[in-house]
Amino acid sequence: MTPFTGTGRLVRLALRRDRIQLPSWLVGLSLILWVTVSSIVGFYPGEAERVRLAMTSAHSPVTLMTNGLVSGASLGATVMTQAFVSLAVGAALMSILAVVRHTRQNEETGRAEMIGAGIVGRDASLTAALITVALANLVLVAASVLVLVASGLPLGGSVLCGLGIGAVGLAFAAIAAVTAQIAETSRGANALAVAALGIAFVLRAVGDASGKVIDGGLSVVSAWPTWLSPIGWGQQSRAFDRDQWWVLGILALFVVVLVSGAFVLASRRDLGAGMRAVRPGRPAAAPALLSPSGLAWRLHRGVLIGWAAGVAVLGASYGGVADEISEMLSDSPEIAQYFEQLGGASLTDTFFAVTMSVAGIAAAAYAVQATLRMRSEEAAGRVEPLLGTAVSRPRWMAANIGVVALGTLVLMVVAGVTAGVVYGLVVGDVGSNVTTLIGAALVQVPAALVLAGVAVAAFGLLPRWAAAISWASFAACLVVLQLGVILDLPQAVLDLSPFTHVPAAPAEDATALPLFALLTAAVALTAVGITAFRRRDLALP
Amino acid sequence: MTPAISTSGLVKTFGSTLALDGLDLTVDAGEVHGFLGPNGAGKSTTIRVLLGLLRSDAGTATVLGGDPWQDAVALHRRLAYVPGEVNLWPNLTGGEAIDLLGALRGGLDPKRRTQLLERFDLDPTKKCRAYSKGNRQKVAVVAAFASDVELYLLDEPTSGLDPLMDAVFRECVREAKDVGKTILLSSHVLAEVEALADRVTIIRRGVSVESGTLGELRHLTRTSISVETGRPITGLAELPGVHDLIMDSDQARFDVDTVYVGGVLRHVAQFDVRTLTSTPPTLEELFLRHYGDELAREPSEPAGT
Repeated sequence: MTPFTGTGRLVRLALRRDRIQLPSWLVGLSLILWVTVSSIVGFYPGEAERVRLAMTSAHSPVTLMTNGLVSGASLGATVMTQAFVSLAVGAALMSILAVVRHTRQNEETGRAEMIGAGIVGRDASLTAALITVALANLVLVAASVLVLVASGLPLGGSVLCGLGIGAVGLAFAAIAAVTAQIAETSRGANALAVAALGIAFVLRAVGDASGKVIDGGLSVVSAWPTWLSPIGWGQQSRAFDRDQWWVLGILALFVVVLVSGAFVLASRRDLGAGMRAVRPGRPAAAPALLSPSGLAWRLHRGVLIGWAAGVAVLGASYGGVADEISEMLSDSPEIAQYFEQLGGASLTDTFFAVTMSVAGIAAAAYAVQATLRMRSEEAAGRVEPLLGTAVSRPRWMAANIGVVALGTLVLMVVAGVTAGVVYGLVVGDVGSNVTTLIGAALVQVPAALVLAGVAVAAFGLLPRWAAAISWASFAACLVVLQLGVILDLPQAVLDLSPFTHVPAAPAEDATALPLFALLTAAVALTAVGITAFRRRDLALP
Repeated sequence: MTPAISTSGLVKTFGSTLALDGLDLTVDAGEVHGFLGPNGAGKSTTIRVLLGLLRSDAGTATVLGGDPWQDAVALHRRLAYVPGEVNLWPNLTGGEAIDLLGALRGGLDPKRRTQLLERFDLDPTKKCRAYSKGNRQKVAVVAAFASDVELYLLDEPTSGLDPLMDAVFRECVREAKDVGKTILLSSHVLAEVEALADRVTIIRRGVSVESGTLGELRHLTRTSISVETGRPITGLAELPGVHDLIMDSDQARFDVDTVYVGGVLRHVAQFDVRTLTSTPPTLEELFLRHYGDELAREPSEPAGT
């Protein structure tokens, strides 16, 4: 028996387990690429428009940070700038989650113990996980090349761009292979690898934003931090422009070194153990934990902090580009027209109304996710011991709903403050902009709470369907908001979405009536959910 | 004295499954009551109805004089519950979970908490995700016994504990009983119930089939007797209450209905008894009697060996 005996079987097992998950990732990422390419073709059909876009982007540090490196103004080069970073981050996330799922998660759940007792070599499990992820990335490369070539882009650049995406995916698979040896839990392994992804993103963002603009604004030479980041290496292939194939060599070397490192680490530890010892926790609870609200806060805070960080990035980056946007918008008649449809207010105010609407959707997504935590706690059997104590059902629900409502409020305040501060710094007036934008942000809260109310009602009435109902309602509202006008939906249908009733502040004045009506609806739905939960059996695992 | 728990005609259905089919159960204040039945008999469902986690479809239930559905919160201040499958928050430590469950029940005795952690050899600094099933159960048991309540509802509390911890658990139950607490102990570990329970209710398919003290239930079953005599016993097979007789010249082995033991012994005494062993019925045998149709195919050990 070699250390790799059984690898083939384990690969088949992994593919079987991932038969839904990996194809969903691959289809989703290919769709994102396809939508981006076709919208670029639609918005910037001519060379002149693309040159203008490239020059604006190259001179805007914020665009360089959020989008990507500018290198040329051909159709392909524009696609590289606009789409490569998102695709590479997507491929990295897919790879991290899959590697951890087939290594550390198996050990954590005890499945690896059963597998290891079979005719399976010591290194088979890690090898199989890496082969599975390599296959997924290979399919992603093929799909990307297909999309790019089908959109009329040259074959050479398409292959290089596709390989760059796949190689970044593999690089993070290798990073996850290492973190899966270091952390003792799958959650910890994922967190470490995703943190590495975040650092890689920031390194290249800083490197690109502080780069030197050359070729009269058509190209940027990145500063050194970019060269410390796997995503940066992928971008430096400069496909469709300079076609630097050799950067794939750096990525390949990186993968080889990290994977070897992972195998060495794996051979030095016991099954189930980590490199980093689990620190002992508190032997007794802090007084703040000892109430239903204290427990709810403890269970919800991680998710809330994650969302708050995301919303802060969103607010800051939108706040940062708001001033430049008016310049760009006056150049692109299609977008200018789109913004004008939204009202006769100033372009900046309209832009911030759209920003807050996006942040409101994020807050609603958070509210739905956090509300559904009640359902997952119930399904996991953790509500049973709790309701076995002197905690009433309404009190338990109120604690959770209270945290969700507060969290939604916090997210919108964060969106308003970050957008206001960054925009204020750009235009030299922080105070009044922060005040205005916090107000504009807060009008989104009642609509987000209506969706949370839907989730509470679904949890009370139809617990097994709560997640499906809540997310379907959220998706329906999103469709109405994004496509309602284009699809020419009747007003009665539009009115069903709470977002339809949110005033487009700061572009238009907020009126109390719709906000009050939305809050009433949220409270009524919540009351229905609490009453229903009081009457029903606890669903037990 | 009013009973701590009483149910009558309790019915609970899940879809088309009938989980409880008119269950009667009475637990007197201050007693340890064994609640016996095979898996799926309805023990956990009964306890969850008694806690107001499930709502019965018919029948009545009273816990500590209150209605378990209506008065859940008030009642839960006076009782502690250990679920059969203890699910805890993976990112809380065992110590935090104990304090949380105790505090939400109305507070726990810190001295008793420390003492119980030591006796159960439980490390409170570990995260719950790292605990084995047995250790999660210890968390719930420590949280329960560190609370000063009148009634303990324990649903198969020892199914993950090793024999050493099992012994510690039995001590805890006895101590609680000594200070006048009431304990409902569901189990299919018969030795545990035999060692601890004052009275037993046996349930099967959602109905209680027997209820009484262990002594009363033994009247319903048979004593195994093995006897060696100077001369062969005659006429034994004709005596009332004698079953499964095996004769081997001067040796006889048989079971006798407990009510007929006296008559049988008087008869045997005439035949120059040299040795005699009698074995009281175990709860295994009570089970065999009640669930005989399910267990009959398993070869039963010859009694008295």
